[in-house]
Amino acid sequence: MELTGLFFYLVSVLIAGGIYAVLCLALNVQWGMGGLFNAGIAGFFAVGAYASAIVTTAVSSKHLGGFELPIPFGLAAAMIIAGVTGWVVAKICVRLKSDYLAMASVGIAEILRLVIVNESWLTNGSLGIAGVPRPFGNLVQGREADLLYLAMVWLCVLAVYILCQRLYVSPWGRTLRAIRDNEDSARAAGKDVDWFRLQTFVIGCAIMGLAGALSAHYFKFLSPSATEPLLVTFLVWVMLMAGGSGNNRGAIVGALAIWFIWSGTEIITSRLPPEWITRSSYIRMLLVGLLLQFVLQKFRSGLIPEKSPKIRSD
Amino acid sequence: MIDFINLYLVPGLTIGSVYALGAVGISMIFGILRFAHFAHGDLMTLGGYGVLTAVWFIPVHPLLLLPFGIALAIVSALAVDQFFYKPLRKLPTIYTVIASFGVALIFRSLAQLFWSSGNQVFTSGVRMPVVLFDTFRISELHMQVIVLTLVIAIALHFFLTRSKLGRAMRAVSDEPELAAVAGLDTERVVRWTWVIGASMAATAGVFAGMDTSMHPNLGWNLLLAMFAAAVLGGIGKPMGAIAGGLIIGIAEETATFTWLSDEPLISPSYKSAVAFFIMVALLLFRPQGLFKGRLL
Repeated sequence: MELTGLFFYLVSVLIAGGIYAVLCLALNVQWGMGGLFNAGIAGFFAVGAYASAIVTTAVSSKHLGGFELPIPFGLAAAMIIAGVTGWVVAKICVRLKSDYLAMASVGIAEILRLVIVNESWLTNGSLGIAGVPRPFGNLVQGREADLLYLAMVWLCVLAVYILCQRLYVSPWGRTLRAIRDNEDSARAAGKDVDWFRLQTFVIGCAIMGLAGALSAHYFKFLSPSATEPLLVTFLVWVMLMAGGSGNNRGAIVGALAIWFIWSGTEIITSRLPPEWITRSSYIRMLLVGLLLQFVLQKFRSGLIPEKSPKIRSD
Repeated sequence: MIDFINLYLVPGLTIGSVYALGAVGISMIFGILRFAHFAHGDLMTLGGYGVLTAVWFIPVHPLLLLPFGIALAIVSALAVDQFFYKPLRKLPTIYTVIASFGVALIFRSLAQLFWSSGNQVFTSGVRMPVVLFDTFRISELHMQVIVLTLVIAIALHFFLTRSKLGRAMRAVSDEPELAAVAGLDTERVVRWTWVIGASMAATAGVFAGMDTSMHPNLGWNLLLAMFAAAVLGGIGKPMGAIAGGLIIGIAEETATFTWLSDEPLISPSYKSAVAFFIMVALLLFRPQGLFKGRLL
């Protein structure tokens, strides 16, 4: 592969890596800080992707849309709609105990998928939405546009990181960790546990929606089968566990590390004979599954373990 | 009315039997090991493929080859428990839930690797339904599934109430500390929980695969309904799980019946949401389920 080709391959890996980093930060808010198990990441990701696509695309007879709003509005709409979806879900489910919430979140992802596949007036069903605009699409074309998009994605990562870091060190984040580590004592200290959990869940879902929007504008096309939902959800979990749950920098590092491994093994396996290529993707999935088991048993605090901020006594 | 029985009630009982057999394992594992086993659906898939492979070599009726699927499921379950769940047993159970989520993916990728990701059928050809009393048209498979499930349920009931091992299992599920103090071998109970859970999962997987076709997502797609069935029956109550499975199956199928008008009450494409809403409603208003299961 010639050098520029390799360079732009790296750019595409970094764009996807950035999107995963946003997802991983979102899961870190829910699980790392709040201790809420969410196995429905892909559902909120899809809600965000569709929200932004519908708001920004041109008129089409096949699905709701035609607002043609600028992309920042799409990103905002993605966060709001994913957040509202999360609010509805949290309103019902957030009182459930850990394992039950996990079971419910699988169902939520399934219902969101059913809505996307079946409500074709809204999403064009399984045919999907085409012509999702790329930002600055009329200024630059082709590979240069990828560079610009890379900058935009990582600006979003930075913004989400700063937000999450502020949340983490704030009194709000401290309360959240208190609830995570000992719910009863937090309740005894007068904290409204359910209200904090609801907020955590909604913030996490809104950020997941942002990640969905970023991916929709990157691929310019959106359909229910574009991503394998379970794989996305699972990869994000492995990323957070490997990076260090509870630590925002850990979430970003974990996302990049696992995404590099995932794409790196793709380069190796793409050289295999064609009859092996489809099989090799299953082997990669198997290895990621085993990696998670290793992390859970031997490496639970992750690459950058959580470090609680110092208590100031002023 | 006849249509209701032939097209809604009997298929509901059939899919309900599949949920019931799967939910027994989920409920027992939840009761004894105290975690939601996310890989249970994929354990069903493995069992189904075990029998499918046996059918390729021994061309007899698939149900006669059930032991092959059961053996594969038991070996897989005991192996993942030994290597992946046991080391996490001292931690909060949510870590085991995450591990089982990973195991689900491991099982699925193994199924895709060895048996390809396409649809495969046990036996080809159209089988005509059996007509009873000139009115009921029930497929042979549905009758076999329902009857076998009833037999298994009765056997399970006697095992749990009469045998020493079955009583030990119920003791560990109800009062783990007391059971340990009384000198029950907890690890042995855990092993047998996996053996029974995996056997029933494999049987359910074969039923589901014969009713439609085998594919790697078969079990995962049934997982939600089986969780709902386990919650409905009460966690740690295997007989409750059987009842729960049948109820969820019938609820899903009959929810699409034309109850109020000529339109189906719930569009068939949203069928799988029924289980979810039953589960959430139960968790909020009656978390102990119908049969007073344990609370987390």
